[in-house]
Amino acid sequence: MSPHTLMLEDVSFGYRKAGLFANKVPPKALDAVSIEVRSGTTTGLVGESGSGKSTIAKLLLGLLQPTGGQVLLDGQPLHMTSRLERAKKIQMVFQDPYSSLNPRASIEQILDLPLRAHRIGNAESRQAAVRKMMDAVGLGKAFSQRYPRELSGGQRQRVAIARALMLQPKIVICDEPTSALDVSVQSQILNLLLDLQREFGLGYLFISHNLAVVQHVSDQITVLQSGKIVEKGSAEAVYFRPQDPYTKQLISATLAPP
Amino acid sequence: MDHQEKLLRVVGLNVDITGGLVTKKVVRDVSFSVDQGQTLCIVGESGCGKSLTALSLLGLLPVGAERRVSQLRFKDVEMSTLSQYELGALRGARIAMIFQDPMTSLNPVFTVGTQLVDILLQHKPVTRREAIDRAKYLLTRVGINNPEVRLKQYPHELSGGLRQRVMIAMALMCGPELLVADEPTTALDVTVQAELLDLLKDIQQEFKLGLIFISHDLGLVAKIADQVMVMYAGEVVEAGAASEVLRNPMHPYTELLLRCIPRPGHTVPKSVLSSISGTIPPFEDEIVGCPFYDRCPIKEAACKLPGVQLDSRGAHQILCIKPGALRMGEQQ
Repeated sequence: MSPHTLMLEDVSFGYRKAGLFANKVPPKALDAVSIEVRSGTTTGLVGESGSGKSTIAKLLLGLLQPTGGQVLLDGQPLHMTSRLERAKKIQMVFQDPYSSLNPRASIEQILDLPLRAHRIGNAESRQAAVRKMMDAVGLGKAFSQRYPRELSGGQRQRVAIARALMLQPKIVICDEPTSALDVSVQSQILNLLLDLQREFGLGYLFISHNLAVVQHVSDQITVLQSGKIVEKGSAEAVYFRPQDPYTKQLISATLAPP
Repeated sequence: MDHQEKLLRVVGLNVDITGGLVTKKVVRDVSFSVDQGQTLCIVGESGCGKSLTALSLLGLLPVGAERRVSQLRFKDVEMSTLSQYELGALRGARIAMIFQDPMTSLNPVFTVGTQLVDILLQHKPVTRREAIDRAKYLLTRVGINNPEVRLKQYPHELSGGLRQRVMIAMALMCGPELLVADEPTTALDVTVQAELLDLLKDIQQEFKLGLIFISHDLGLVAKIADQVMVMYAGEVVEAGAASEVLRNPMHPYTELLLRCIPRPGHTVPKSVLSSISGTIPPFEDEIVGCPFYDRCPIKEAACKLPGVQLDSRGAHQILCIKPGALRMGEQQ
């Protein structure tokens, strides 16, 4: 199996305003950014709010079109693939497991929806797939008829991860997947993500402001400041031998117990 | 009598939430004290009663929650017998509070200046002019440039970090002696968080403030705490000097919480992190013995006996019949 890659190549992007206050030349939210996510590995992305982390996530998902440069999935421009095809290869896990799940759907319905939307299998095979995935993320059978409100934050995040994996994507974008969770639950979710990566050969883009967590899960780390990449390299090199002053500042602001 | 009068002394604090037929005991028999110029950190997972403990001190519990306390002494005042009106005079003046989300705790329809000035006019016999001057001084003190401009702005015009600085300035307006901060930096970027923590420490020393700081972030606690109180399921399971509790944890819960955190340089990257299996017990249940029993890896029958309670080893208090056993066991 050849490795899958999703990358931004020299991508620039500016949010355009419409209407009366339209800006002719939008200010650059991203400036010549290149970043790569490869199946089986984790690319960590850190930076302060407003630095463009979420813009990168949206570009990689094909929700935004770059104003310069290109987004490539396995070497092909991303916009050449249809939306449905993209969804089969690239999925996303959001920060807040409270607002990212439909409150009126049971866990089984939530996990079934991606399969139905893509007309995959019949009722029976879909149910089997849902059960298998629930098992893989550590949710017992008893959860299938429950609703999100009955679940704890950690359990909801497991559902969100299971939903992202239903279509067997190659690349998963995780936007602060553990920031809303307690440390005891955070470690469970990180263990689960690493486990699933090994099992399915997933490529992660792991966005977080917690450098200790990013260092733990990542192979590569990219540091973003005001839409520009200020440092990238192996997780070990970036964390222990940072070159850029902003990276150094981020690392010194990371608090760890004695 | 102590040589040094405690700033705040709480003895036997309980909070019950009654709804329908069940009463949930969400804070159980919590006792602690805070010295002038000292920081007490309350730590634990969500739902362990940290915030309710803090809110109950100020009489700010939600409807349906009720406080029972044997002693709640703030310097020369016994607060447990005060009326809501008398408490109101204390709150914001001598005891101030900073919440997690500055956007929801600032009023969106008034300018920053109005909100800062009003709180002082409410509590102290000063003129508006004097109040404005103090607001300007404090905004400068918390690191806000051109305070004149900021005073005329509305909360939505400020960034998250600026809003939290405004909240700190607001808390300081009446010159409080005790500051209660409930996760004030959780919503902020790490670099902004680091700046705010330094600022809080500075201000604490300058004004000799007692500080109760609630957080679930043990790294942050290690940075700012003098005293640490670890809560689990509404009870204190370990308390003592921060250096002692964090470097030499004796309760399995504290030990396990510390182990969950990836520590660059110590934890092997991509290795399995330790976690705590299970969840907090439902509050409807009567808890006998150690509240952590269900999730504890070294539990034994004796842990469930009614006599298991918070025990002192010098200044270090532990609710465990085998203090330190988890750590010692695995070092051998």
